[in-house]
This record gives sequence, structure tokens and C-alpha cells, in this order.
Amino acid sequence: MSSTIESPPESAKSVEHLAAATVRLAGDSGDGMQITGTQLTNTSALAGNDVATFPDFPAEIRAPKGTRAGVSGFQVHFASEDIFTPGDHLDALVVMNPAALVTNLPDLKSGGILIVNEDNFESRDLKLANLEENPLENNSLDDYRVFRVPMTNLTRKAVEMVETEDGKGLSQKVADRCKNFFAMGLIYWLYGRDLDPTLRFIREKFGKRPEIVEANERALRTGWNYGETTEAFISSYQVEKATLPAGTYRNVMGNQALAWGLLTASKMSGADLFIGTYPITPASDILHELSKFKEFGVRTFQAEDEIAAVCSTIGAAFGGAMAVTSSSGPGIALKGEAMGLGMILELPMIIINVQRGGPSTGLPTKTEQSDLMQVMYGRNGESPLPVIAASSPSDCFDVAQEAWRIATSFMVPVILLSDGYIANGAEPWRIPDVADLAKIEIKHPQATEGEEFQPYARDERLARPWALPGTPGLEHRLGGLEKQDITGNVSYDPDNHQHMTDVRQQKVDNIADAIPEQAVVGPENGDLLVVSWGGTFGACTTAVERCQREGLSVAHAHLRYLNPFPRNLGDLLSRYQRILVPELNMGQLRAILRAKFLVDAEGLNKVQGKPFAVTEIVDKIKTLLA
Amino acid sequence: MATELPVLKPADFASDQDIRWCPGCGDYSILAQMKKMLPTLGFPREKICFISGIGCSSRFPYYMETYGIHSIHGRAPAFATGLKNVRQDLMIWVITGDGDGLSIGGNHLMHAIRRNLDINIVMFNNRIYGLTKGQYSPTSPLGKVTKSTPMGAIDNPLHPLSIAIGCEGSFVARSIDVNIKHLGATLKRAAEHKGTSFVEVYQNCNVFNDGAWDYATDRQTKADNVLELEHGKPLIFGKNRDRGIRLNGMNPEVVELGKGISEDDLLFHDEKADEPSLAYLLSRLRNEDGFPEPIGVFRAIDKPKYDEQLNQQIEYARETKGEGSLEKLFHSGDTWTVS
Repeated sequence: MSSTIESPPESAKSVEHLAAATVRLAGDSGDGMQITGTQLTNTSALAGNDVATFPDFPAEIRAPKGTRAGVSGFQVHFASEDIFTPGDHLDALVVMNPAALVTNLPDLKSGGILIVNEDNFESRDLKLANLEENPLENNSLDDYRVFRVPMTNLTRKAVEMVETEDGKGLSQKVADRCKNFFAMGLIYWLYGRDLDPTLRFIREKFGKRPEIVEANERALRTGWNYGETTEAFISSYQVEKATLPAGTYRNVMGNQALAWGLLTASKMSGADLFIGTYPITPASDILHELSKFKEFGVRTFQAEDEIAAVCSTIGAAFGGAMAVTSSSGPGIALKGEAMGLGMILELPMIIINVQRGGPSTGLPTKTEQSDLMQVMYGRNGESPLPVIAASSPSDCFDVAQEAWRIATSFMVPVILLSDGYIANGAEPWRIPDVADLAKIEIKHPQATEGEEFQPYARDERLARPWALPGTPGLEHRLGGLEKQDITGNVSYDPDNHQHMTDVRQQKVDNIADAIPEQAVVGPENGDLLVVSWGGTFGACTTAVERCQREGLSVAHAHLRYLNPFPRNLGDLLSRYQRILVPELNMGQLRAILRAKFLVDAEGLNKVQGKPFAVTEIVDKIKTLLA
Repeated sequence: MATELPVLKPADFASDQDIRWCPGCGDYSILAQMKKMLPTLGFPREKICFISGIGCSSRFPYYMETYGIHSIHGRAPAFATGLKNVRQDLMIWVITGDGDGLSIGGNHLMHAIRRNLDINIVMFNNRIYGLTKGQYSPTSPLGKVTKSTPMGAIDNPLHPLSIAIGCEGSFVARSIDVNIKHLGATLKRAAEHKGTSFVEVYQNCNVFNDGAWDYATDRQTKADNVLELEHGKPLIFGKNRDRGIRLNGMNPEVVELGKGISEDDLLFHDEKADEPSLAYLLSRLRNEDGFPEPIGVFRAIDKPKYDEQLNQQIEYARETKGEGSLEKLFHSGDTWTVS
């Protein structure tokens, strides 16, 4: 879309050029910070920057207004260079109330820009945030460039003349809701952003209510004009375009890219997509996204619970669909028994775990990588399943297709790990040429005259045939009782059970032949290898690059395939003096690597519901190499 | 279709697996009636699928030469739901028991029935846990002494048909394992119904709960204890067909015909009534309260089916938006080009 509503305003003030900027907007969970952050992301990407984001919001939909518990934030890192993380420290912070100020201030760089909605710093607001003193009136903010802006009052004035059907004008409540667009307008001025994409967004989102469209537009423009006219702001900033590989780009969020990857796998394999799922944070957006695409033949089923979700998925897999279920750790726990059934039935399907803080209900809206052991070992009996993990929002698109490729070529449920950080994060995605996307071959057998059908006969990879109901002559029964080799009949024979257990393990191991060898970034041997998986990709990549630039002998291997591991992983680990495994858990991959390869891997571990800061990893690398 | 379907016989539905139910189990009779009934439908064998959970009854699919899944405890309706949603062409039977369906799988049974997918659910009710060797079940009567209730069960029993009606079931019926003609006819009605059919079958577990249904099967007593429902007919029962059910205000009562009470005074059965109250009332009639227990079709109404509507939404989306295009999807919304 390139329709221009009007030419973007240009600032008459001086412009400073920056390589990158990290901005966070923080306010009450009802203040519209997520919308504001998403808009800043899109607009920055459209301006040609590389972007990475970190939305951070509470589990409560509306925690008590003005309290620290209710603070919702959205961080955007935009840059003229290739970036992999949302940034450790903030260049600019916009806060809508005292609670947002105190909870976010520690992340603001010394000398950073702090824009405050001063209208929300009355004694009542301070009390809600448990503050005894007004931080705007003591010396606590001396280290920052503070801009006190009466956002609420300016927004109210800006929308005063908006006409409504009843002739009364907007209520104060509705008027105050526009103040996030005022804040956005000011940030847009500060970073020289084009207003058009957000104006379009406002028209699309609120189109049915012209008075809301007008009010938000006015608030946005007033914010921009405020930056331009008030003397407080001397200059604005410009982050030049990033030099990304040629192509057409768009922004994607992790769950969206995952849904699109699934759609693509469905198209590429010719199997209609079925997703049986139950709403759970942070996985629900996969269901929301897929339910929009019925014209792709997508059948979405919101089941009565997690167990029904996975069981319906197995039923759909039996019927020949591209069957998917999605959840997060607590839901995966409930699905465990059925996942074991899927394994022994040897039907292809994808089981998605968008990890969140655990255990139990844990931290639903925060990120963590603590379900690796769960998906590897969390089922009764010997129940090996392949596990692959996405590393970034756009990587979800590729991983979804890879999961289906493995599932169908080996007749096995595949576990796909994502996490809250990837799911809600956004980054530019180079749109692939549809003609270049790889086909996924699926075969269903037909009856052969005079030959009895054997549902557990296997091909060279040890995959069994995917015979579909409706095929004459292939009638067969599957079940969770141990099966006799080849015939699939119920068998209690001790040797057969050993054999079938071995075969199911061997089949998963064989996947190592169908995946690429593990690559390393950096020297092929040396002092230290950083091994990572999942959503820590960006922080580890950036940290290792930084250390390499400083001349340290450090390399990085980021694993997509966690079960089985790439064939060369053991050899690779042996080529470095030390191994560091940074994880947002207490050392799960590290434990597996130590058990499997007998290496003395060391960990950098935290479970604080937050991604790694690059500096944390850099510091650890330096400590190990000191 | 131009080619005629081959004429199938009951033996064509027998798999090559040895049947391992206890000798004398009521399950044999249900299996036999199913094999006998299916060929009468003229439906291709390869399009029939049996799905079960865990329990004695749930071994059923292994004995049928059709497609089948012996799944996990209580979840068969969920497997059936997934399969039916992607394969409307299949005829799907869920085989469950009182423990599998009403205890561990109560949630799935409830939701399958309310969605009204075009599937058939047969619940073998023997009022006991058989496969785990004799604990009480959700349909065991109060006071039932079992291995796990040596002083008697204190759980109020569930009435399966009341549950099905409460879940907005569109087809609700009951039959008895040894009443083979009635059982065959009831299964056939279930198969022909469009929507979820729920059939409770009184089934005798001769090892752990022998005689639980004697009052309904014994030659001497059954006519007095069982009332065969017929659509549009008054509720009459008894060896001499001289007793009936009448409504006294909101309450049913047993009355003797003659002596000033005629058939016209009795309740008339209407399986097509949109209002489920009559069917519910019938589902509550219990032998222990002095009523005959109705068998036959309690309710058979036409209602929208989940699988049909789901697939209609897809057709509609394709008609109005055209077949989904990845190219269009990827380029929807804001994009930018780097050269």
C-alpha cells in the first residue's frame, strides 16, 4: 500500500543523525501502549530501518489503574544496521504516569530522553504508585533530559472541537483515551517519522466511528506539532535506512509468521490445515491469525480443553489433514498422554509450544525457555519426539514448514518450540518468492491386489505408511496398546516391545540424516563456543559479534534442531576449550549436552521473565575468558 | 456413482483379531448387532471408522474390519471431532462406557453432543468399572458395594440420557444388550440420524456386576419394568399392556388403564418435540422409583451440525474471497522494497 493521505510534515528544526535508537513507551495497561509501540515499529520499518521489539505487559487485562502492577510497556529498537535484539538500554522513555516512571527508569541510559505526562503526577497518582515524593520535583531525574508535557490537557484541547452525533462533543473519558496518539505524534516528531501509516491505521481501525478517527488524528498531529513548536525540543533525530538485502519486506510478529508458515506448509504439501487448540497466553494469536484464512481451507477448532485440542488434532491427522495443535507449557502438560499416543500411532502432526514463564501458571505474559525438558522427556514411557525451535519472529515462518516436512517424511508428531518473546516480537521479513518455496511431498498408499495391508511396515527411513480412511482395502485399526511389528495388531510379546521401542527411537534418530549439519559463526576451534537455542538467538549473536570485534576467540552455534541434534554437534563441541550455554531457564539444554556428549558445558541462566540483555552475555563471556 | 456398491454381509465386518471379552459379556451382543446392522445401510465399509477410549467396551474397534482408533481414556469424542471436521464423508462411531464417557471423558462427551457433529456415540452402560476390575462407576447406584466402596457408594449416580438431553442432544436413545431386535433397530436409527446420536445400551458385566439390569431383561419382569417408546403413541407398558404413564401436574405417575382412564389420558411420546422437557422427564424414570424404564428413541430432532457449518464457512470464504493465495497474503498491508 502506498496511498498517501497527505505529504508528511517536515521539521524546520535541526536534525541529528543516529545509527540506532531504542525507545520505550510505558503507561497503564489501558493507555494503549501496545498499539503505540506497534505503530512505531511499523512506521520505522517502512522508513527502512531494521527493527526489533519487546512488548511487555501484565497478565491482568486491567490491573488497578495507576499501580505498578498495571504498567504495560512496548520497546522498539530501530537502526540503520542489522540488529537482533530490542536493545539493552533506552535512549528515550515515554511515561504516562508515576508507576510507569519508577518501573522503567532503571533501563534509561544516563543522559537519555525522558518524556513525562505531567498531568498524571498529582498526589493521588503518586500514592497509587506507592511514591512518597514527586520524582518530578526532587533531584532524582537529574541524570536525564526530562521533558514535562501536559499530555492529558493538550489532548483534551486538541479534540475539543470534534463533533459528535449528539452534538455534545466527546466525553472526557473518550478524549483522554486519545492521549497515546498524542505521545505517538511527539515521538514521531522526535525521530522524523512519517504520520501516514498511522493515519491509515486510525482510519482502518476506527472507520466506523468518524468522531474517534478525527479525535485520534488530531491528537497525533497535535503531538507532532508540539515537538515542532515548543522550545523545549531543540532538535530531532534521524536514523538512516538499514542496508538490508534487496527484496520486498514487511513486518511480522512471531505468532503471525508461525501461522503463515503453517499456511505455506499446507499449500506446499496440498494437505488442508486443521488446528485444534485451546486459548492460552502467549499462543492464542496463532489461532486468531489462522481463523482468518478459511479460503485457504483452514479449519480451526477451539476445543473444550487442551486435551480435546490435541486429540482432535490426532483425529484430523488420521483423516489426512495437516494437523496442528498449539499451546504453552501448562497446556502441553495436559496434552502429554495424547502426545504419547500420537507418537505410538506414528501419525504426522505439529505440536507447538509457545513457552512462557513457569512452573504452573507461572508468568503467563513473560518469556522463558523452561519447557525444553518437558517436551523432550515429559511423557510416560519411552516416548521420543523430534523437537525444533524458532530463533526469531521471522524464523517462525521457516520452522513451521520444516516441522511439517519432518513430520510427514518420518510419520511422527513434531514439537515446535517458540516463546513469548518471539511470539509477540516483531521484525522485518523479506517476503519470499512463492515460486521458490519448497514443495512438501506427501504419499498415501492404495491397496495392492492380493497383498494384505501392513500398517506398520516401514520404509528406509523407518516411516510407516499414511493410509487414509476411505481407501478401500486398507481398513486398519490404530491404538495406544503396543503393536506387533509390521501388522500393527495388539501385542504383549516382550521382544516385540523392545523391538518397537528401539525402532521408534531409531526413527527419530534418523531425522539427523535429513537436517543440515550445525553451523558455527566464528572460528572453527578456539577458547569458547557459545551454544544457544530459541529466542536468545539475537542476544547471543550480538554478544558474540561484539566479543569477536574485541578480538576474543569465541564462536557461536545456535541450534534449531534439539532432537535429534545435528550429526556434527558432538565433534563441534570438542573443538573448543570451553562451552557456554546461555538459557532463560536453569540449565536445561546444558544438562542435555552434558549428558549426551560428556562435555563440561557452563551456563548463564536466568528466569526473570525477561530476555537477556546483550551485556549480560558479553560480561559472562569475558569472565570465562579472563 | 456409477458402480454399484458390493453387497456386504455381517462377516465382512469381522476383523481377524480374537475377541477377548469375558465369555457371557453383553459386549458380544452389541458387536453382533453392529455387524448385522451396518450392511443394511449400504454404506461403503472403508468409509466407516470406530473410535474408542479405554475400557472393556473400547476394545470394540479392534474387532471391526473398518478403520478405527483405540485412543486414550475418555477422549474418543475429541478424536472423532477432529476426524469428522476434516472428513465429512466418513461415518464415525464412538464406542464408550459409563466410566470412559461419563467420568474421565465427561467433558468431551458433553461438548461433542452440544456441537452436534454428525457422529454416533454408543455408551455401553454396565454400571461398573470392568477393565480395572470392579470399582464403582458414575452410574452405579447409591450404596453400591464394590472394591473401592466397601461401605457402599456415596456418589449420586448420573443418568446418561439426562446428561445427553441437558447437552442439547439431537438424538437420544436407549436399548438393551439382550434385546437384540430392538438394539439393531436403535443402532440403525442412530446411524441414519444427521447430527450426534447418543445411544445408551444397558449392558451386563457378568463378572463384576452380574444382573445389574435383570429387572429389565428377565422374562418374568421385563414387560413390567420396561416401556418401549414409539413416536406418536401413548406410553403403555405391562405384560397385559394395561398400565400407562400419565402427567399429574408436572409429575409423571403410573396409572391402570380402564376404570375411567383411557389411552387418551396418557402421555403421548413425541420424539420430534423441539422442547426437550418430555424427553428429559422420560430419561428420569427409574425402576427404583416404581417406574418402567423407557427404551427406544427419546429424541430425534434436526439441528445445525458443527462439521457441516465449519465446512460451509470454508466454502463461503472461497466463494467470496477466491481460493487463498500466498502471494496476496504476503503482500497484504504495508510493505517496502529495498533495492
